[in-house]
Amino acid sequence: MEKIPILKMGEFLLVTIQVDMHDRLALNLQDDLTRMISKTEAHGVLIDISSLDIVDSFIGRMLANIANMSRVLDAETVVVGMQPAVAITLVELGLSLTGVRTALHVDAGMELLRVALNGANGSKAINGSAATKDDYGSNFE
Amino acid sequence: MNTILMNSNKKSTGIAALVAKNEDAILADWNREMAGSIRRSDLIKDSDLRAECAQFLRLLKDGLETGNVNFQSPTWDKTREMLSDLSRTRAAQGFTPTETASFIFSIKRPLFTQARDDAKGNGEVLAEQMWIITELLDAMGLYTTEVFQKSREEMIRRQQEELLELSTPVVKLWDGVLALPVIGTLDSARTQVVMESLLQAIVQTNSRVAIIDITGVPTVDTVVAQHLLKTVTAARLMGADCIISGVRPQIAQTIVHLGINLLDVTTKANLSSAFALALKKLGITFVRETQKS
Amino acid sequence: MAVTSSESLPLASEPDIVSIRRRVREISARLGFTLVDQTKVVTAASELARNTVIYGGGGVVQVESLNGPRVGLRLIFEDKGPGIPDIELALRNGFTTGSGMGLGLGGAKRLVNDFEIISRVGEGTKITVTRWK
Repeated sequence: MEKIPILKMGEFLLVTIQVDMHDRLALNLQDDLTRMISKTEAHGVLIDISSLDIVDSFIGRMLANIANMSRVLDAETVVVGMQPAVAITLVELGLSLTGVRTALHVDAGMELLRVALNGANGSKAINGSAATKDDYGSNFE
Repeated sequence: MNTILMNSNKKSTGIAALVAKNEDAILADWNREMAGSIRRSDLIKDSDLRAECAQFLRLLKDGLETGNVNFQSPTWDKTREMLSDLSRTRAAQGFTPTETASFIFSIKRPLFTQARDDAKGNGEVLAEQMWIITELLDAMGLYTTEVFQKSREEMIRRQQEELLELSTPVVKLWDGVLALPVIGTLDSARTQVVMESLLQAIVQTNSRVAIIDITGVPTVDTVVAQHLLKTVTAARLMGADCIISGVRPQIAQTIVHLGINLLDVTTKANLSSAFALALKKLGITFVRETQKS
Repeated sequence: MAVTSSESLPLASEPDIVSIRRRVREISARLGFTLVDQTKVVTAASELARNTVIYGGGGVVQVESLNGPRVGLRLIFEDKGPGIPDIELALRNGFTTGSGMGLGLGGAKRLVNDFEIISRVGEGTKITVTRWK
């Protein structure tokens, strides 16, 4: 059965989506990712969609799910490389993808994650999470 | 099926037969007809024109053989496709609509001539055949004119879009900062073109911040405001931030009165404050060199 | 309206959704659609195909290339599924990124130029969409 590879890049995990996704593949990815996050205690996940020329509501929901699940496991998700035509279409489709951070490419995404983890918590608020971080990235309950 | 229709079918298959028998003669005759004003040998080669004629005659014969002389029916799909392609090509090559339609009409006399020879004095048969041919070719001629017009409209629209792109250049203000100074009124079409070129530029230049300056835009209506919002949202999905600068007082009023929610969008009074904000977002500061005494 | 080519594709299971995306991409590219328009019509096709497979219990889609006088692409999705009880509501509903179904018909409608839906509870649904070049 095909699986989407998850790479460890320093303190982050990188997922590159290049194939047409279907149910089984998406579920497997979510499973594998949550397991890897726990195992490696990664605090950031990068999802590279620069190869996707289509993002429909199914993929959109998958991305949002991954972001939410990762957050529960104390990891931030950044989706990188969305193509312009895809972005325009998603906006028209009405898919808001709130709670999902984005960046132009993997490097920008890593920088975003580092800033989010090390610096003061900036732009986007973390929804409904009871946990807070101090400057060193540890958790309070 | 009523008798009139049945007879039409029989007559049309009769025409198909005479076309089949006299294909070469009809083609030669047709070529002679066109040699007059509508030939345009400057725009189309002899060999190409002859190939088109042969193809059309074949399609005409095939269609007539089915007995269905209604040009709108699926029987004539292939013919419509050929004529559509022909018409578009002619439009692009610089033919006039009349010259294009005349390609069809000029085959009338050759066909009538053959039909008359074939009818051998049977006036009724001849009259019916001529009627069928006339109706069919008229419909085809009109069709080429319609397609011609549509393709001209498409061409003009494309040229307008290209002009729009040229008239709204995207400027790189700094590494990672783009500016799009918009001048003049924004209509729906223009805003879409502008939006697409900005997003494309963001990817190509790797710019994290894009400033859309509308100082030069006198009015903004709901549609345009929505397009601007969509642009900002799309840029965000890609990983870039947008700042809208140069919002005139009148536009600010319009936006509020129209109930458009701009809470999510950063706006600045002018391009320079927008630029300052952009640099701040990127963590860039300028340091003045101390003077050497 | 000259229909240049017409084909019928099955929508029985998920892999069919991927197939129809590829086919619509091929055809819209061949017809000369801009990249953005291609993306819009392919995405709409993906949404509607998914609805047919998952909510409609499977069905077919008719893909028609229109080539004269106007150039366009028409898709007709048909299923004999449960039908949509409140079409107005379905058209208004957007998506929720979390849980929740949402047929997202309103979204798909915005991606195409012409949109027509016929649905009867207990009989099935037929959705016809067209994107012009």
